[in-house]
Amino acid sequence: MTSAHTSPLQIEDRGLLRFLTCGSVDDGKSTLIGRLLFDTKTILADTLTAIERTSTKRGLTAVDLSLLTDDLQAEREQGITIDVAYRYFSTGTRKYIIADAPGHEQYTRNMVTAASTANVAIILIDARKGVLTQTRRHSYLAKLVGIPHVIVAVNKMDLVDYSQATYDGIVADYTAFAEQIGLTDVRFIPLSALVGDMIVDRGERLDWYEGPTLIDILESAPAAHTEKAESFRFPVQYVCRPQASDNPELHDYRGFMGRVESGEIKVGDSVTVLPNGRTTRVKDIQLYGQSLEKAIHEQSVTLLLEDEIDISRGDMIVNSEEVPAQNKQVEAIVCWLSETPLSPARTYWLRHTTREVKAKVASIKHRVDINTLANDAASTLAMNDIAKVQLKLAQPIFSDSYTDSRATGAFILIDESTNNTVGAGMIVG
Amino acid sequence: MSTLTKQTLSHLDWLESEAIHIMREVAGQCSNPVLLFSGGKDSLCLLRLAEKAFRPGRFPFPLMHIDTGHNYKEVTDFRDKRATELGERLIVRSVEDSMARGTVVLKNEGESRNKHQSVTLLEAIEEFGFDACIGGARRDEEKARAKERIMSFRDEFGQWDPKNQRPELWNLYNARSHKGENIRAFPISNWTEMDVWQYIEREQLELPSIYFSHVRPIVMRGGAMVPVTDITPARPDEEIVQMQVRFRTVGDITCTAPVLSDADTVEKIVIETATTTITERGATRLDDQTSDASMEQRKKEGYF
Repeated sequence: MTSAHTSPLQIEDRGLLRFLTCGSVDDGKSTLIGRLLFDTKTILADTLTAIERTSTKRGLTAVDLSLLTDDLQAEREQGITIDVAYRYFSTGTRKYIIADAPGHEQYTRNMVTAASTANVAIILIDARKGVLTQTRRHSYLAKLVGIPHVIVAVNKMDLVDYSQATYDGIVADYTAFAEQIGLTDVRFIPLSALVGDMIVDRGERLDWYEGPTLIDILESAPAAHTEKAESFRFPVQYVCRPQASDNPELHDYRGFMGRVESGEIKVGDSVTVLPNGRTTRVKDIQLYGQSLEKAIHEQSVTLLLEDEIDISRGDMIVNSEEVPAQNKQVEAIVCWLSETPLSPARTYWLRHTTREVKAKVASIKHRVDINTLANDAASTLAMNDIAKVQLKLAQPIFSDSYTDSRATGAFILIDESTNNTVGAGMIVG
Repeated sequence: MSTLTKQTLSHLDWLESEAIHIMREVAGQCSNPVLLFSGGKDSLCLLRLAEKAFRPGRFPFPLMHIDTGHNYKEVTDFRDKRATELGERLIVRSVEDSMARGTVVLKNEGESRNKHQSVTLLEAIEEFGFDACIGGARRDEEKARAKERIMSFRDEFGQWDPKNQRPELWNLYNARSHKGENIRAFPISNWTEMDVWQYIEREQLELPSIYFSHVRPIVMRGGAMVPVTDITPARPDEEIVQMQVRFRTVGDITCTAPVLSDADTVEKIVIETATTTITERGATRLDDQTSDASMEQRKKEGYF
């Protein structure tokens, strides 16, 4: 059983933080990630030897840290990065998962995918180039996918003589733009990923900057997606009924297994079961034979209820005071992910929490040009398009707006014939 | 019990919770899944996670091992013991049977059977009609895995096409497949070697003895430490040395090398893992270094 066993290496556990890096190769994104891995001593000697060898072969004088995030063979052959890669490092107090989204054609789709699980976005700006269309696009997508904290990393300060004036100018430009799109929590940092200034070590050339290093910002960023209280939402994944067990005490056991997707739950709380609408109380919260007093956001547990209610996968257990809407029509921002365009004539599977229903597009309200943020009319959606869409559903889903609850405001669309995931949706109302 | 801070889970609790969620999604979405269990440390973590996901019920899937016939006896004995303790069904399918059927043909007697496991796995998938295989692969193991999905799609030939993988957003996993196709599900994708050892320590999981420091006859071959066994005997000109070693990964004897270590407890291994300078595969897999892209190549061919 899990005794509270403290390893000598874990002085303090500040949980796990998922962040996303946006930028193209030109902004030094791969170098930044390589630098984070290198300076936190995540890179081991054999890996380092391998990239040293490659660097020398390519005639470079210093080790090219961007090689640490080198790509798959298929991509190398094509010379492009085609997919989100996940990287890991730890500082001893906190574990990090980096979603590394590439910056080429399929950018929107990849960035939306990477952003969907991230709590922090690092937006890279080349100090020589300042705020570009690409920067605006990244920022808009970060906002759209609901990333609560944005770090604007003004990179390549070594190439602008560590000029404070250059940095201040970029900060002013970006601040004006952030206000325009409604990004509220934005932090700025000047750095050089190549040299290693202000990543983990402060370096000696950015004395005028008094703020924290990048790693210090990451170490203190809130691990929770939101600081505000959220409504309890528990989509049922699996029902445990071990009737045939040798243990007679288990003959009436009905455990509802799932993960607390938002809010928290305590024994004795009043809950409502959807879709049937019946209300009962939580009798027990279990994890591997132990009873817990409460379960918090993102915790996988088993709930036992006081009354016998027929519940199956796809149902949702919620706080009786804050019951979500049951909708057969939803309006959502949809990002199209597939090379096959959206067809309003077709039926798709819509997966929302653990529930899967058939869906059709009733109308495309408008498509968003993510470079200009202008709306235009559209009758279909191609890969990487983003649009506001009205959907009709065969059965209701129990949804919140995406801005209120990421987990119960998001859905994916699945092609019925190929089973591919073709769309990602965020519910507006 | 798991220690909780007020707002968020500790990193191990978060990883555990995510893995439980993934296993329950496989059980909820797939009609006939199987959990691949070798007796190795990663798959032992999977078993504890399955207990946490499904007890007091039984596992909604059997366990299966693809045995090359070249595994350490300590590990296969441990595998059988653990399955019995859990009271779950264990299926063992053997590469040697595939060789007897003629579906696996070795280039020569000495060729490693490791890569041929994929043939036997596909045969077993077909035999039992499995639509999903839960495995213990991690993204930090190898560069080619950094982009691997948590639910990875394989076609009828068991092939992994890096260009044809489903985007994975939020925690909405798509494990749908047509008959004959297959989903490989990786609940500990986001774990590192360190996380695995910390979890083993916290959960006080029992492991096969060869993970801990012991004395073993070794020969040095091409810079690698090769254990001397019936299957991998010393060559006439080689000097056998008794060395204090442990295994960081356990797999087919012909391609798994130990490391020098006197860590004889999980706690000591955690400390050693934190201070090591060589990657897990770099140190211990004799078969991965053929080419930079060798793992990717094998994945395309259906290797797990």
